[in-house]
Amino acid sequence: MPAIIVALAIVFGSINPNFWSVTNLANVSRQVSILALLSLGQTFAILSGGIDLSVGSLLALVSVVCAQVMREFGLVEGIAAGVTAGGVAGLVSGLIIARARVPAFIATLGMLVAARGAALTLSGGLPIAGLPREFLVLGAGYIGPFPIPTVVAVVAFLLAHVILSRTRFGRYVYAMGSNEEAAVLSGINVAKYKMLVYVASGLFAGVAGVILTARVISGQPTLGEVQELYSIAAVVIGGGRISGGVGGIGTTLMGVLVLGILGNGLNLVQVSSYIQNIVIGAIIVGAVYVDLARERRQ
Amino acid sequence: MNGAPSFLELRGITKRFPGVLALNGVDFEVRAGEVHALLGENGAGKSTLIKTIAGVYRTDAGELFVDGRPARVRNPHDAQALGIGTIFQEFTLAPDMTVAENIFLGREPLRIRALSIVDRKEVVRRTRDVLASLDLQVDPEATVRDLGVAQQQMVEIAKALSLDARLIIMDEPTATLTAHEIDRLFESIRSLRARGVAVVYVSHRLDEVKTICDRATILRDGAFVATVTVESTSIDAMIRLMVGRDLKDKFPKVVIEPGEEVLRVEHLTRTGVLHDVSFSVRRGEIVGIAGLVGSKRTETVRAVFGADPVDGGRIYLHGKPVKIRTPADAIDHGIALVPEDRKRQGIFAVLSVRENIVLSALGQFSRGGFLDLRRERRKAQEFVASMRVATPDLEKRVLDLSGGNQQKVVIAKWLNTHAEVFLFDEPTRGIDVGGKIEVYRLMGELLSRGAAIVMISSELPEILGLSDRILVMRDGRICGEFTRAEATEEDILNCALRGAPAA
Repeated sequence: MPAIIVALAIVFGSINPNFWSVTNLANVSRQVSILALLSLGQTFAILSGGIDLSVGSLLALVSVVCAQVMREFGLVEGIAAGVTAGGVAGLVSGLIIARARVPAFIATLGMLVAARGAALTLSGGLPIAGLPREFLVLGAGYIGPFPIPTVVAVVAFLLAHVILSRTRFGRYVYAMGSNEEAAVLSGINVAKYKMLVYVASGLFAGVAGVILTARVISGQPTLGEVQELYSIAAVVIGGGRISGGVGGIGTTLMGVLVLGILGNGLNLVQVSSYIQNIVIGAIIVGAVYVDLARERRQ
Repeated sequence: MNGAPSFLELRGITKRFPGVLALNGVDFEVRAGEVHALLGENGAGKSTLIKTIAGVYRTDAGELFVDGRPARVRNPHDAQALGIGTIFQEFTLAPDMTVAENIFLGREPLRIRALSIVDRKEVVRRTRDVLASLDLQVDPEATVRDLGVAQQQMVEIAKALSLDARLIIMDEPTATLTAHEIDRLFESIRSLRARGVAVVYVSHRLDEVKTICDRATILRDGAFVATVTVESTSIDAMIRLMVGRDLKDKFPKVVIEPGEEVLRVEHLTRTGVLHDVSFSVRRGEIVGIAGLVGSKRTETVRAVFGADPVDGGRIYLHGKPVKIRTPADAIDHGIALVPEDRKRQGIFAVLSVRENIVLSALGQFSRGGFLDLRRERRKAQEFVASMRVATPDLEKRVLDLSGGNQQKVVIAKWLNTHAEVFLFDEPTRGIDVGGKIEVYRLMGELLSRGAAIVMISSELPEILGLSDRILVMRDGRICGEFTRAEATEEDILNCALRGAPAA
């Protein structure tokens, strides 16, 4: 997979040298940071044997909550409220999945629809403008040469990596995804850790939603449509197994990079956005096929 | 029999997987009207060979003859066209369809051919005939999901019989059947034989091979060892051919003077399932639980382990009453469960040997909230060495190990939790002869370290060979108890079938 990323970069770079410009690379990383954050939450959900279809809609709900609270109470309160809204929505999905034992696909499908509805209700269907100017920095500012959204995404990746590879919670995520029944019989409190998985996913969506709000400098109830599907694509393109137990932050990073570089590169070489979708669709299926074919040969 | 023409002949069959030579120039001949056992330890190549015959795998070299003529089997459809039917160990039934729909799946009799409309009445009627020939009390219109495992297995067999195959391959067909169902299966195998149908019978149960088979071919490490006449070959001789060495003692029983009582279960009750189940087990003792499939033995140990709810009863550890509501409670109290279905309940197939071994005791491997991977590796290495788990390294997926080694990994997981009471549910199911002995040896080691063991087994020789005391269950009740000295197979069977020891 790293070879494919390098190959993509070389091809795009040779057709359009602008691909390698600092401005463009900063742009790619900034654009891809939202998908990256959503994909982190999705990684937890899919690894654990579930799925989170609600992350795209949560962007909208978080954005609306963040903007409304920010206008009313101030910058920090708005950011905190946005992230919290993501976490609470994740908790609700988690409780429905872990306690009521509704399949994750159904529970988060419900949340996908309901969160969008909540965002539209709270905002009356209109964008919420009039946010403080300092908030812009979060979306458009830099730390050194690095865009702030990129820095946030990188920190989140490191954090998620440590959680998955070095904590009991992380290990239990893999165990549940590999064999839920064996996990129960090994004494793991599966209900509790399942719930935590969706809280984590909601929190990552919360951070993503706040940053996206800063980039568009308004609360938008229509943000994030079909982003949940791209986040699933990012997880599986890199080699994460859709039924759980296999994958990790590394494979998700690969998937995010492939999608990000493809989108940007195809733009630079002036492939129409309609055709881009056809290419990306083919890549999603192709990458997983290659993976499965390799596994079958073994 | 000896004069019968050969139906299927394989010569020099070779099959490679990456890094493994699974079959190395194997010869195999099956005659019309014989029951031919295929024997060998796990990993000897039995499954690969039958999958080759069934068209699941393609061979790298070798020839195949049907009725003396060269034939090619490139896919399962080719095999069926040649009259070869296979009953795989993993069920291939569609669980949400009816018995009748399953049996005629893909070849439904049609009422209006042009519109492809299925003649349902005909499907049911013909299913009834097939089931009757097996003396099977199953409603053709029952949904497969609602049947017990044993009944599902019989439906699978009925399906193969209804195909009018000339050769039927059966892979461990009796693994989940009761004694009575096995008798019926053998009857239908005999009637197949009388009709000139050939049967390839794969099983670890050599007493069954002795009962039903005419000849046996033995494989070892992917190579052909011998084809023998069953009548003139003793079980011990077959084992010698399979493992390539003498097995002096099939059940290395460690006899220890039992110590104090560790676990006592009183009046365990779960409405409609368990009825007033009481028993106890002492340090250094193996209590075997015998009974038919469906006698609720598994439910009993699951209830003790907190995996299933109970409606009444008490559990004492070292004489003190304890509350066990979840497996985590049971583990805290030093109880371990090695479950019946290794793949579905025991192992984490895609996780590594190391991750499997440490999973139940991650608390011990955490420092400041983070896992100490170095300590995990050290501990896992210790267990792999002391339990002789055959794995190239600690990071190998458990999926890639043999059944016996997977079971060792499951047991190793519990050694980390300092368990004192081990509940073994069918500890050697699907494990080859050599692997079984390794598991028995491990159980002996646990006993010498002071553990108490409860062991469910459907193999009576295993129960008789290892247990200090034997409980027999029937319909969710304990209906008999025997000491090691007084127990015989006949008494246990009588008790399991009739609910009371024979007078």
